[in-house]
Formats: sequence, structure tokens, C-alpha cells
Amino acid sequence: MTELSKTGAAVGEPVRAQDAPTAFLEVRDLKVHFPTDDGLVKSVDGLSFQLEKGKTLGIVGESGSGKSVTSLAIMGLHRLGARGKNVRMSGEIWLDGKELVGADPDEVRRLRGRDMAMIFQDPLSAMHPYYKVGSQIVEAYRVHHDVSKKVARKRAIELLDRVGIPEPDKRVDGYPHEFSGGMRQRAMIAMALVNNPELLIADEPTTALDVTVQAQILDLIRDLQKEFGSAVVIITHDLGVVAEIADDILVMYGGRCVERGPVDDIFYEPQHPYTWGLLGSMPRIDRAQTDRLIPVKGQPPSLINVPSGCAFNPRCPYADVPKDNITRTERPELREVGGRHFTACHLSQEDRTRIWTEEIAPKL
Amino acid sequence: MISYIIRRTIAAVILLLVVTAVTFGIFFILPKLAGQTADQLAQQYIGKNPSPEDIAAVKRNLGLDQPVYEQYWNFIKGIVSGATYDLGPTTVRCDAPCFGYSFKDHLEVWPQLTSRLPVTISLASGAAVLWLLGGITAGVISALKPGSFFDRAAMGVALAGVSLPMFFTGQLALLLFSYQLEIFGRTYVPFTENPSQWANTLFLPWCSLALLYSAIYARLTRSGMLETMNEDYIRTARAKGLRERNVVVKHGLRAALTPLVTVFGMDVGLLLGGALITETVFSLHGIGEYAVQSISANDLPPILGVTLLAAFFVVFMNLVVDLLYATIDPRVRLS
Ligand SMILES: Nc1ncnc2c1ncn2[C@@H]1O[C@H](COP(=O)(O)OP(=O)(O)OP(=O)(O)O)[C@@H](O)[C@H]1O
Ligand code: SF4
Ligand SMILES: [Mg+2]
Repeated sequence: MTELSKTGAAVGEPVRAQDAPTAFLEVRDLKVHFPTDDGLVKSVDGLSFQLEKGKTLGIVGESGSGKSVTSLAIMGLHRLGARGKNVRMSGEIWLDGKELVGADPDEVRRLRGRDMAMIFQDPLSAMHPYYKVGSQIVEAYRVHHDVSKKVARKRAIELLDRVGIPEPDKRVDGYPHEFSGGMRQRAMIAMALVNNPELLIADEPTTALDVTVQAQILDLIRDLQKEFGSAVVIITHDLGVVAEIADDILVMYGGRCVERGPVDDIFYEPQHPYTWGLLGSMPRIDRAQTDRLIPVKGQPPSLINVPSGCAFNPRCPYADVPKDNITRTERPELREVGGRHFTACHLSQEDRTRIWTEEIAPKL
Repeated sequence: MISYIIRRTIAAVILLLVVTAVTFGIFFILPKLAGQTADQLAQQYIGKNPSPEDIAAVKRNLGLDQPVYEQYWNFIKGIVSGATYDLGPTTVRCDAPCFGYSFKDHLEVWPQLTSRLPVTISLASGAAVLWLLGGITAGVISALKPGSFFDRAAMGVALAGVSLPMFFTGQLALLLFSYQLEIFGRTYVPFTENPSQWANTLFLPWCSLALLYSAIYARLTRSGMLETMNEDYIRTARAKGLRERNVVVKHGLRAALTPLVTVFGMDVGLLLGGALITETVFSLHGIGEYAVQSISANDLPPILGVTLLAAFFVVFMNLVVDLLYATIDPRVRLS
């Protein structure tokens, strides 16, 4: 231990300045594990990505792939409350030059809601039923701004107006249950934006809403991002949601990134069999009902006993294509397959291109 | 909101009338159904070896030989405008609200109730403050650190608190702190006469009663807090950057305590009708003691009076709870 301290590489040492990344948000080898009675749940197991200001990252993956756990980790919400002790986190999260995983919890608290804010999936349960919508926005503003309630209320009305809520000076005194689903989500967005955060995380912001309202909310998020120039992480299990809004897409499977790249690459030259499956299960208007949906067969992997090798191998139709059973013995690392386009799969470039062009693309 | 209050109040009054009728029925119809004659009924209202004149007087005054609705009507009339009891040689004027007359004690019921009520209210309110403070604090701390030493210790005490009977804790406290150490007095003094002595005498009964109740409240608060602290809106509150203390108090506790309001209303309502065992153990001359005495003397008019008073408090506290609920939870107002 003393040996290590001398070299300055002991665990928990602050990371040296030259390690600080240039990207606005950079996540490096993030691991979030939960010890439970059944075993260690590896909800996020070595995730890395970057995001610049003014850009949108879409994180896509099926239920249980670790999307929410990732977003809560960035917000520093795992360590709070009674459950806070039951989590093991490692890796680095850099936000605007500050590292958050090892930071003092109170310092992270001060960033929370001000520099980074979050929109949740179900605005009805995410808002306190006993407090007026306006008071909840006022509260969010006054945590970080030393202003009177009156000033904060004006700000709340201004934002309710900005997110498209009619008669904001009246609705500010309404309770969450008096709002429609779409209006509630707008109010939730107003609450998240009240402090002009530079990072906005939206965890399935449209899943609880009607299809027509979904599009409106996505439009709103896109407009607001242009206006505020913030970095946006939008989480979804539906690739369709992020197709138009995201600059980059990250596909998660079993707590890891299996493919990541610019949105066009993911849609037109996807490299990972799981991404192919996701694309295949995307509803599309220009196809007939019958040959449209090709869902990924099988169950999501256990996060306690993750399949050895590639976690996707029990469900992958091409698991036997690479030689020597390597998909079941060796975990594929993320490799760059094009400019800023990465994938974690043992398939050779030729096999991948062949399967994509011959088998997958024609069916989509 | 106003119409909500009016609706609930009307409902409470109707409920009270129904409760009165049912109680009355139990006292006057059931014995009849069981085949008792008016004379036998009347005998129960008087001590041993009643004279025929006494029996006749009771029958006449309670209208035992008349139909039940007539008796009920007389009783209600007594409450509203008072009654006069003609006891043969003497007459007794029982002023409104007349809740009956004990032919055994030769006392009217209502003055007994009112003179004893302050004792019972003092006992119930002091204990309620203590058990709310103790129970909620213990429950919150336990819930914030489940499985911790404090949690286990508090829940252990809570378990002991619910399981130990008042006869045991009360007598033990009396023996130790009053008879042995002589810290606390045993003679009730009204608050208006001497507040410090009032508190001094009531301290042991308060604590004994509070131990019993705070145990339940600690458990309720703990489970309520554990549940609410997992709610989505708690995560939202944290995501705003609120200090954990504010998250717990403003967002967690307020929601966790809502179900407690119902339980609290019921408990206080029942206690105001008389804490039978506590009052007996500590020789406090409250409603509960009156009830115990009347029951053992088989003196029906006081029993009826106490029952109706208790029913009134329960219904009244129910109304208070309903109104509180509507102010705490804005969603209630709609329905
Ligand atoms: N506090 C915790 N303790 C134990 N396991 C947890 C905890 N939080 C999350 N998990 C587990 O981690 C896994 C990933 O959860 P997460 O909520 O990130 O999934 P998700 O990708 O957001 O899925 P969904 O689309 O359903 O929202 C799940 O299997 C979940 O059970
Ligand atoms: S590594 Fe093997 S199992 Fe995993 S996705 Fe690639 S081909 Fe399928
Ligand atoms: Mg999720």
C-alpha cells in the first residue's frame, strides 16, 4: 500500500489533471454493481462514451440492459438514501472537467438540478402528488438560486409557457393529477430546465404517453436543446424514438455497450447482430404488417450470471460463425469499425458485411 | 372544499343518530326479545331488594311498559330539552342535555361525564403528543437506516411496548417512580388550578399509554417511510439537488404520515371515550373509570351515557380525519 502511495497510483487517488477529458461529458469504464441476496447484479459493467455540448446521445437497449442505472449514476443518485450503501460504483464520470464518481456527495448534489437535470418516464409518479406543479418547479429553482418565492414563481410561469402549457399563470397553481399526461411531461421538462442545465438526461420521456403526444414531446426536447445548447442523453428501448433526434446512438446489452456510433451509421450500416435485431423489431409504416417485425428471440441475460464470452451469444443467430467457439469463451471488446463507430462482436468484417447486405438489410 | 365539509358533517350527524339508535336498541330491545318483562327490566336499574314503589317509578320514568320508539323519543327529547324524573316522594330535574339518571347512585349521568371529561382529555392529549413525537421520530430514524443498531433496538422496544400489558407497565411505573422514588404524585389536579402538578400526576400515565401507542406508530411510520422513500417523486426531489434532510421531511415524511392520520384519529377518538385500564391502574377519575364502575355495578344509564359519548368522539374524530385528509392530499377533494 505504501509502495503504491509513493508512486501516486493508489486506489481512490484523485485522477491527475492530464487525464481530464476534453469532451463535455465523458464516461469511462463505468461499473455499477448491486450486491443482493441472490448475488452481485452487474447492472452496468464497463461502459464508456463521450458527449459534446449541443449534441444528443441516444441510449437504446431492451428492458434491464442498464440504461436507467447509467443515467442515475451520472446524476449521482445511486448512493443516496437507505439503498445508498448497497451499491458498488467504479470508473469515471467527467462532467465539464469535474470527475463525479469519486467526488464529495455534497459537491455532486450542488451540480444536480443545476448543471445536470433529468426527465423521468412517468411524470405522474415522478411528481409529488401533494404539491402544486408550480411549487415543485419553484423548489427546483430555489435550491440553486437565492431568490424570493415570487421571483421563482415568475420563472416557473415563464418556463411553463416555454414548454407549451396554455394559461401558465393559472396552471402553475394546479396539482399534477389535474394535468393530462402530455401536459405533465411538459411540466416535468419545465422543472428540469428551470436552472438552464448544460446536461439533460431524459429517461424514456415518452414511453408513458400516447403516440401523438410522444411526437410533440420529442419535438419539444429537440427545440429546447437547440435553444439552450445543452447536451442531451435520451434513453429509450425504441430506436424509432431516437432516429430523428439523436446525433449518436449507443446500443446497450446486459450492462455493456455493444455498438456505438453516429446515428446514420447505426441505421444504415449497423454492425452488431443485436442492433440488427433492434432494427428488425422497429415498426415501420412503409412495410406490410407480416414481414415487418423480427423481434430478438429469447430472454435478456441474467446480470448475476452473465453468459461467458459474448453476453448475447445464447440469442445470437450468428454465434457459431466466428471460429473456435470464441463467442462463448472470450468477451468481445469494443473495436472501431469506422470513423467514431465501434462494435463489440467477434464476427470478421467480411462476415458482418456479408450478413448485413445479404440477410438483414433486404428484410428491413 | 366548503361543500365537501358540509357533506361530511351531515354524514357524521346521520351516523351518530344511527349509532344512538343501535345502542339504544341493544339496551332496550334485546332484553325484551330475550323475554324479560317490564318489571324484570326495571329491577336491573335499582339495587338489591327493590320495593314495588321503586320498580314502578323506574318503569314510569323510563317508559319501560311503552313501545321502544316511545322510549327512544323520550331519551332524545331528554338530550335536547331535559327531563324530569318523578321518583314518588321526590322529583329530580335533569337539565338538557339529559343523558339519563342513575337510580342506583341517584345521580344524573351528564354532570358525571362532564366533570370527568377533563381528566380523560388531559390523559389522552398528553399521551398523544408523546406517542406521536416518540413513535414518528423512532420510525423515521429506523426507516432511514434499516437494519442499523438503532433500527433493531427501536423495533425491539416497539415490540415490547405492544406486548406488555398496561397492568404491568403502569403498575411497575407507579411502584417505582411514585411509591418508591416519590417523584410523581398520584392525585389529579386540574390544569387550571396547578399546571405543574397536573403534569406531574399525569406524567406516568402519559408515558405508560404513550409507550403502548408509540410502539405501533413507530412501526407504521417505519414501514410508511420505507415505502415512500422508494417512490419516484423522492428520486425527483433528489434529482433537483435538494439536501437529503429536505427530501426526507418535505417529500418523504409528509406522504408517509398520511395513512397515520386515520389511525391517529381512531385512537384518539377511542381514548376520549375513556382509557378504561389506564384510568383504573392510575386511579384517575375519568370517563373510563366511570365506565368500569358502572359496568361492575351493572348500572345501565351511565353505561348508555358513556357508550354514546364514546360513539360521539369516534364519529367526531372520523370527521376530523376526513377533513384533514382533504387538506393533506389534494386528490381527495375530487371524489
Ligand atoms: N438498486 C438496485 N439493486 C439491485 N438491482 C438493481 C438496482 N437497480 C437496478 N437494478 C437492476 O439492474 C438492471 C438494470 O436496470 P435498469 O433500470 O438500468 O434497466 P433499464 O435498461 O432502464 O430497463 P427499462 O427499459 O425497463 O427501464 C435490472 O435488472 C435491475 O433489476
Ligand atoms: S460476438 Fe458472437 S454471439 Fe456476440 S454478437 Fe457477435 S456473433 Fe453474436
Ligand atoms: Mg429504465
